[in-house]
Amino acid sequence: MTDLTSLTIAEARAKLSAKEITAVELTDAYIAAIEAANDTLNAYVTVTPEKAREMAKASDARIAAGKAGALEGIPLGIKDLFGTEGVHTQACSHILDGFKPRYESTVTQNLWNDGAVMLGKLNMDEFAMGSSNETSYYGPVKNPWRAKGSNMDLVPGGSSGGSAAAVAAYLCAGATATDTGGSIRQPAAFTGTVGIKPTYGRCSRWGVVAFASSLDQAGPIARDVRDAAILLTSMASVDPKDTTSVDIPVPDYEASLGQSIKGMKIGIPKEYRVDGMPEEIEALWQQGIAWLKEAGAEIVDITLPHTKYALPAYYIVAPAEASSNLARYDGVRYGLRVDGKDIVDMYEKTRAAGFGREVKRRIMIGTYVLSAGYYDAYYLRAQKVRTLIKRDFELAFQAGVDAILTPATPSSAFGIADEDLASDPVKMYLNDIFTVTVNMAGLPGIAVPGGLDHKGLPLGLQLIGKPFDEETLFKTAHVIEQAAGRFAPSKWW
Amino acid sequence: MSVDLATVKRVARLARIAVSEEEAERMTGELNGILGFVEQLSEVNVDGVEPMTSVTPMEMKKRDDIVADGDKAADIVANAPNSDRDFFLVPKVVE
Repeated sequence: MTDLTSLTIAEARAKLSAKEITAVELTDAYIAAIEAANDTLNAYVTVTPEKAREMAKASDARIAAGKAGALEGIPLGIKDLFGTEGVHTQACSHILDGFKPRYESTVTQNLWNDGAVMLGKLNMDEFAMGSSNETSYYGPVKNPWRAKGSNMDLVPGGSSGGSAAAVAAYLCAGATATDTGGSIRQPAAFTGTVGIKPTYGRCSRWGVVAFASSLDQAGPIARDVRDAAILLTSMASVDPKDTTSVDIPVPDYEASLGQSIKGMKIGIPKEYRVDGMPEEIEALWQQGIAWLKEAGAEIVDITLPHTKYALPAYYIVAPAEASSNLARYDGVRYGLRVDGKDIVDMYEKTRAAGFGREVKRRIMIGTYVLSAGYYDAYYLRAQKVRTLIKRDFELAFQAGVDAILTPATPSSAFGIADEDLASDPVKMYLNDIFTVTVNMAGLPGIAVPGGLDHKGLPLGLQLIGKPFDEETLFKTAHVIEQAAGRFAPSKWW
Repeated sequence: MSVDLATVKRVARLARIAVSEEEAERMTGELNGILGFVEQLSEVNVDGVEPMTSVTPMEMKKRDDIVADGDKAADIVANAPNSDRDFFLVPKVVE
């Protein structure tokens, strides 16, 4: 970490516009940091230094001409799920070998239009399927955090593990990420960073490799709440190329920071107090409640009775949609091809070689639950349960609740190659128990650091909001951040 | 509900993923673990509940019925493993 890479986006923006630093200097500092750290952390799968310097140079010219955009000269890392023209875009899968799109995703285009600089593409779980970044074809990412007095390598969470690790380790000023069941919020919680999954429809999904289309949503991971607000303001837009993107004006999210939460009603759902949850998580939750109370919010107990069914319903809906979305990888139009004796043999060999174990598992589950005779019992039932999960939230909001406070994850970061988790896929899935309800209901959710556990590892709190009420989440998360402080790992890499 | 080895092989065939005997056996256990986990949905009363089709109530946007994009065959085949004059090449399908 140099003085330049330690700047938040807001701080760098001020220094750039005051001409105390240049965009090229800032970009060079990040490129040097990546070169020094990436062999160890494996956060980036591709670094684009030439493109970055070229973009930074253009930013400096625009700043000099008084034409700076909202993110002018800010160096960002991009999750490998976002299509970036002419640049490695593989969802960290072998099956997309060599794929370089001839188009740019809407979210990244929005960022470049505002003057941001691309440093490279970030590691992730293959096709965003995972909670530890260990399913990536490019190998696991190491969490820049380690437990006190330990040299054990920890996971950064997933699927946006590269995004969270790069932000926490000062290898980018901020990062794009995506969240289908918790893939922004869980890695943010594991790395002491801030991550927001906006309301479904807030960001365009166009040009983002699809996993589960009714659940996928892009959002930022940043070092603090303000930076997350700045990034989301640029990323969000209505897009004619994504019919599910919503035509509601994008507010200036940063403006909601510092507003009072006095009189706001914060719901505490009793169903999030799960069996076997560590005492530290409960203590963190109580601490969060105390902070919001001190700031003048009213705390109310609420019930979301279908919470426990969100994860099992998710593991029907998400694999079903994935099996359909991933049917396109057939060795014909892009990526890997393994030759076979006829076309079907070619498809089967290509997909067998190209997909990793977790992805195959989910395609198989999805194919099974959608197959003749099982559709009603699994998929249709899961979609009905989803209606009930959403209704739980609607009833709470109708009763006057403004936002809901929960823990972000049931534990802090765990070890890479944890045997217990590797042997049982369902155990790994339980990582998303507090986050997945939000995707099922299409709501916005933010993870903000709340403190450290006894091992010295970060823990996150989650705030869940009404549809398109990200502003309430930002201002409330800001209150928590002011009380909790910010957390950074000590450098060992 | 649980799956047996024959079902796993049938599903793999539907999903167009080649699996070895050993993989199919391993997957049988894994898939049954997941299916056992989702089994708890059967205890939810879903009588009269509409299945969710859209998380946010919205009317599907429709665009004008005009050509808005195209003339980019070269872009479309650019990433193909095997192509010839803007066609994708595949193994012979019809004898």
